[in-house]
Amino acid sequence: MKVDVSLTVDGRHHRLAVDTRTTVLDALREHLDVTSPKKGCDHGQCGACTVLLDGRRTLSCLSLACAHDGAEITTADGLAPDGELHPVAQAFLDHDAYQCGYCTPGQICSAVGMLAEAAAGAPSIVSGDLTAPVDLDRAEIAERLSGNLCRCGAYAHIVDAVSEVAP
Amino acid sequence: MTTASRPFVPRAVGTPRPRPEGPQKVRGTARYAVETADTDALYLFPVQAAVTRGRVTAIDTSAAEALDGVVAVLTHENAPRLAREADADHGVLQSATIHQHGQYLAAVLATSSETAREAAALVSVTCVEEPHAAVLDEDSPDLYAPGSLVVGATDDTRGDPEAALAAAEVTLRRTYRTPMEHHQPLEPHSTVARWDGERLVLHDATQAVSWTRQAMAAAFGIEESAVDVVSAHVGGGFGSKGGTHPNTVLTALAARAVPGRSVRYALTRQQMFDLVGHRPATVQHVALGSDREGRLTAITHDVVTQGSRISEFVEPAAAFSRGMYAAAARRTTHRTVPLDIGTPTFMRAPGEAPGSFAGESAMDELAIELGTDPVELRLRNEPDVDPETGRPFSSRNLVACLRRGAERFGWADRDPAPRARLVDGWWHGTGVAAASFPVVRFPGSEATIRAAGSGVYEVEIAAADIGQGARAALTAIAADALEVPVERIDLRIGDTAYGAAGPAGGSAGTTSWGATIVEAAERFRDKYGDDPDDGDEADAATPDNPWASDYAMHAYGAHFVEVAVHADTGEIRVPRMLGVFAAGRIVNPLTARSQFLGGMTWGLSAALHEESVLDDRFGHVVNRDLAGYHVATNADVGTVDVEWLDEDDPYVNPMGTKGIGEIGIVGVAAAVANAAHHATGVRVRSLPITLDAFLE
Repeated sequence: MKVDVSLTVDGRHHRLAVDTRTTVLDALREHLDVTSPKKGCDHGQCGACTVLLDGRRTLSCLSLACAHDGAEITTADGLAPDGELHPVAQAFLDHDAYQCGYCTPGQICSAVGMLAEAAAGAPSIVSGDLTAPVDLDRAEIAERLSGNLCRCGAYAHIVDAVSEVAP
Repeated sequence: MTTASRPFVPRAVGTPRPRPEGPQKVRGTARYAVETADTDALYLFPVQAAVTRGRVTAIDTSAAEALDGVVAVLTHENAPRLAREADADHGVLQSATIHQHGQYLAAVLATSSETAREAAALVSVTCVEEPHAAVLDEDSPDLYAPGSLVVGATDDTRGDPEAALAAAEVTLRRTYRTPMEHHQPLEPHSTVARWDGERLVLHDATQAVSWTRQAMAAAFGIEESAVDVVSAHVGGGFGSKGGTHPNTVLTALAARAVPGRSVRYALTRQQMFDLVGHRPATVQHVALGSDREGRLTAITHDVVTQGSRISEFVEPAAAFSRGMYAAAARRTTHRTVPLDIGTPTFMRAPGEAPGSFAGESAMDELAIELGTDPVELRLRNEPDVDPETGRPFSSRNLVACLRRGAERFGWADRDPAPRARLVDGWWHGTGVAAASFPVVRFPGSEATIRAAGSGVYEVEIAAADIGQGARAALTAIAADALEVPVERIDLRIGDTAYGAAGPAGGSAGTTSWGATIVEAAERFRDKYGDDPDDGDEADAATPDNPWASDYAMHAYGAHFVEVAVHADTGEIRVPRMLGVFAAGRIVNPLTARSQFLGGMTWGLSAALHEESVLDDRFGHVVNRDLAGYHVATNADVGTVDVEWLDEDDPYVNPMGTKGIGEIGIVGVAAAVANAAHHATGVRVRSLPITLDAFLE
């Protein structure tokens, strides 16, 4: 069974007919040829598919496209205009916070989403005071980005990169 | 050295340089194999064996074929025939025989991924089951001595080790175990295949386009020149994307059924536990004989490992003990038990990673037995020449790594008493282990250098960038070999159009490809000088190393770690790691640091998390996804310090490189186990080290 959905992806509007089983990730990769979000596990276990969906970091492999008609999606490719880089992406380059690059777009979307969560005061399990403003130290950053696996093992550099951008 | 008459002067080499593909990778626009598929490509989804050994007696594809959108269903009854020369692992859909759980029994081609998957579930397979063995038992009657290892002899004995152990003032005998592990690169193995007449065109996630080409030519009985393999960006490999696995053959075989049309297949994460190799489990018996001062008189290291019944791979875990320490008497052996499982393969530091867990844990146990500092024990057993070959070392700076690491880590203040530091409910301890990895050069790469006008040189070599930073490294090497700025190098890799090339593996990529590029540059400059005409071109194959028989060549390292074990829960954390390495000249300090800390993170992951659990009843890995098979996450990693010592080794290759992809992992698990013992007094001799070991 197919349903019509409209998605705005990195500022571009699309209408498409998708199988009701089609995930947001597959809609992007297989229907719209938007391959910035990666398929690592298809089960919400690795984070490589992370996008910003209506502003929040979301595992696109666990989201059905038909449930997100009208959604606004930002991938790592849409975080900054062509020819420019988002400050988090630039920090990843400066700190060599990646190797093979496959988890990287998801890491960067996750970091951008995480910075907004922290700015809004959302605590994590390592936050000492659940009501105080969040101090994004290394432990907080590592904890909040642990939903994004990096098999190359670039974590220490990822924390360096995000620390540089964090307030 | 080689035939180069001009000295290689490092200018770009040794200077930190970001990866040229970096902007594409952070935006996600670098295209990995399956992302090159055109919109018309068919989706493949396989049907896999649910039994471990047996035979297909009936296979009903009618329900699958009736599904709208299904283009073809291939089984062993209708699939195109492969050549007799096909590797045993590659005989996909060629017979009714089942030799492992998860084996491909059929493949659906459909116009959408959802339909392909649904149709695969509708294929009905009837099997007869036969008895199988899937779990390593070192007392198995099938145990055998393999003919050889990838590098070195199966067994190696010097002197009379048993007599030396019997006569030793102190003798330590221990058994260590390491589990089956899976590589799990974040990009699943994936392929896009298309047949243009008798020409096979592949986009494949591979560490070696040339090896994929060779394997596919053999499988289909065609000339290598009739196979094109492109692999521009590879989402990690760690060994599993070195050899060609059945998935690539299956995709190309299925594409045969739809000439001119592309077929795309990316493994699911679960399939990654079945068909693309693993690190085999090991049982390692280590004995050390020593005098009271800690000078080793005997080392024995006897390894039993698992293999598959259809194809041989032996984890060379005892090889680690052939060169680390001086001892007059020494024995290293390897035995394998063939099982009804997928064939194991190279996984980051094959041999050295599990072998160093045993060898370096045993050294720590001996140090405690002797009451000697574990750093000092290693210093006392530094050999003058390579114990395995008797050759001098091209360079060996293990002692310098240990000393520098001890200084930086603050080792001198260490109280050796175990279970003596309880802070806020956590037992704290520190541990050390040494590391080594051989300098490998793969033969058979080809490089072409061409003057492209405006002072630009096109440099072509079919190298693979799997994340190690080959583009940045080879650009720098080519620039220095031609004595031009890096901006004038147009490097082209990842395509069989550029000739043959060795793999990104064995920590040998930069060494093998770099030596080839330097040789080609030498020939180019001999022929055309430094002011060539457009189109001037020279090529070269990988030169032999004239010093290969004169010197033993290895990289070395020392790991220092701090461990904290929770007194009540047994939770184990590693807040601090330091690795000091002596690994030849470092080509790109920016990316090299990433490789070292990536290797160390792998070591941490192996120490604490990774274990593939085989169910002997069904022959499959039970924890077959990234929720069940734990790899280190960001929060598992504490402070990781990396340092390297400058080495100028004139014997390894013109660039002076030793290879850095694997040494970072070697020894880490032992350092963690040694630190855990220091923290708690509990010695863990089986990986991974989990909290139950510390509960009373």
